[in-house]
Amino acid sequence: MTAAGRADAAAVPAAKVMIRDLHYFYGPKQALDGISMDFAERQVTAIIGPSGCGKSTLIKAVNRIGEVVSEVSVRGTVRIGDLSVYGPDVDLVDLRRRVGMVFQKPNPFPKSIFDNAAFGPRLHGITDRDELSAIVERSLRQAALWEEVRDRLGASALELSGGQQQRLCIARALAVEPEVLLMDEPCSALDPIATAKIEELIHELKADYTIAIVTHNMQQAARVSDLTAFMYLGRLVEFDRTETIFTTPAQQQTEDYITGRFG
Amino acid sequence: MSARAAGRRSVATSRRTRIVGAFFEQLCRLLTVLTCTALIAVLAVIIVKGIGVIDLEFLTGAPTEGMTAGGIFPAIFGTICITLLMILMALPLGVAAAIYLVEYAGKGLAPRIIRAAVNNLAGVPSIVFGLFGVGFFILFVGRNLDRVLQTGLLFGQPAMLWAAATLAILVLPVVIVSTEEALRAVPASHREAAFALGATPWQVVQQTVLPQAYPGILTGAILSVSRGAGETAPILFTGCAYFLPRLPVSEFFGIPMINPLDQFMELSYHIFIMVTQSTDAAATRPIQYGTTLVLVALTFLLNMAAILTRNRFRRRAEALL
Repeated sequence: MTAAGRADAAAVPAAKVMIRDLHYFYGPKQALDGISMDFAERQVTAIIGPSGCGKSTLIKAVNRIGEVVSEVSVRGTVRIGDLSVYGPDVDLVDLRRRVGMVFQKPNPFPKSIFDNAAFGPRLHGITDRDELSAIVERSLRQAALWEEVRDRLGASALELSGGQQQRLCIARALAVEPEVLLMDEPCSALDPIATAKIEELIHELKADYTIAIVTHNMQQAARVSDLTAFMYLGRLVEFDRTETIFTTPAQQQTEDYITGRFG
Repeated sequence: MSARAAGRRSVATSRRTRIVGAFFEQLCRLLTVLTCTALIAVLAVIIVKGIGVIDLEFLTGAPTEGMTAGGIFPAIFGTICITLLMILMALPLGVAAAIYLVEYAGKGLAPRIIRAAVNNLAGVPSIVFGLFGVGFFILFVGRNLDRVLQTGLLFGQPAMLWAAATLAILVLPVVIVSTEEALRAVPASHREAAFALGATPWQVVQQTVLPQAYPGILTGAILSVSRGAGETAPILFTGCAYFLPRLPVSEFFGIPMINPLDQFMELSYHIFIMVTQSTDAAATRPIQYGTTLVLVALTFLLNMAAILTRNRFRRRAEALL
């Protein structure tokens, strides 16, 4: 193994997601090469690295969403609490209910704001209007969007600004009450003000959720995360507390990347 | 070669290229004009000779005097009935096949074979569908139904049901291909989002893909209607009648309803028999033009509806970007 699989054990809360020796292939092309790391409970874990290093693949392996659009093969294990993600009897519906995801580009459905937020609960069989309204309000509040949309829940989600759409997507993910929230470059399509709002939101959500965020933006990783993993060419180069990674990284490669010498 | 010679040569080449280019541009223009002229000429003749025949009586009356006079209402009625029945059969089958191909089948060998089969189906001459209809629907399905249900000769003879089924198979490729296109137009990110919320594959199809693909599927349905409505060969042996003194309507429990086991008259077949089988073909000429105009107008209206639906679909799709 090229790097410590766990950051300083004493100072970090219990692991929520445990990834062990994960190899991931798109067809014949290898994207992940023996990744082992944990996402600590109610902490924000940032994953940084140059394009194509496998950071998105890594979080998409956790809720098995990568296999929806591509032919993939996987070796290794991922555990979420007592759930074995690649186990033989895993229920994908249950897994994805426990692991929410926010994508790179805001992707609200062409439905009303209410219907977007209520989409997940409805999938899982909640039909009672009052119950749905309560869930929608709670998740929109959690996503810091409620005050902006409370008077127009029936309006199309596509009328919202990009930043509002992304917060709606966060609300949509939170509405099914996941334990883990995966964020795949959630701010890459947003302007700085919308980005700041999402970052503030991540700080608040950390109290209730285990968050993993992939980002291209190193300042963002430094601002929002407790732990940072640096990946390169499908391998985990270094994984440690964020301030350690950004002040005294152990690996030369990490230092070169964060100081902008390559990547 | 000196630089000057090279320069002159490149000028000469570009002049020749320009001449060739201009020639082909004019050629394309000429051929386009020819095509349009032919189309306009055909339509003009039909309209000029047909419009005088069409009046309320022609549209609502039955043929009289050995089909040399009277109206064509039974043929209009039959055409509408069989087209509706056809789309009722083709749409569920075709949409289901397209959903399977796009959402479930993946990229394996089986879907490739199915797609090739669908494309080949689209290339089969329509008379072959007619013969298939007789052999499969009437003689095999119909006769065996009669044998099992002890109904004598009820199903095992030409009927609107079998003609519509034959037409449904003919238009199936249209429905499948246009539905596939409509399904593929739904962004992959919406499927991902739904899956990530814990949707089952069927929930993804039902709640995110189909609502967005619906207008495109509708366009395909209307296109297939306009394709099927003008066909003669598939219904030739499977159910249409030379002349029926009554409409294919029977009373079930006292309510008059379209009887799919009856035979029917149909516009394109009506034109065909009046041209080739009439006792006095010359006397029926005005009726031929009138019937042709009605058929063309019906098809045109259906195509217009298809285009309007598609435009609405496009506008909506663009609004989502």
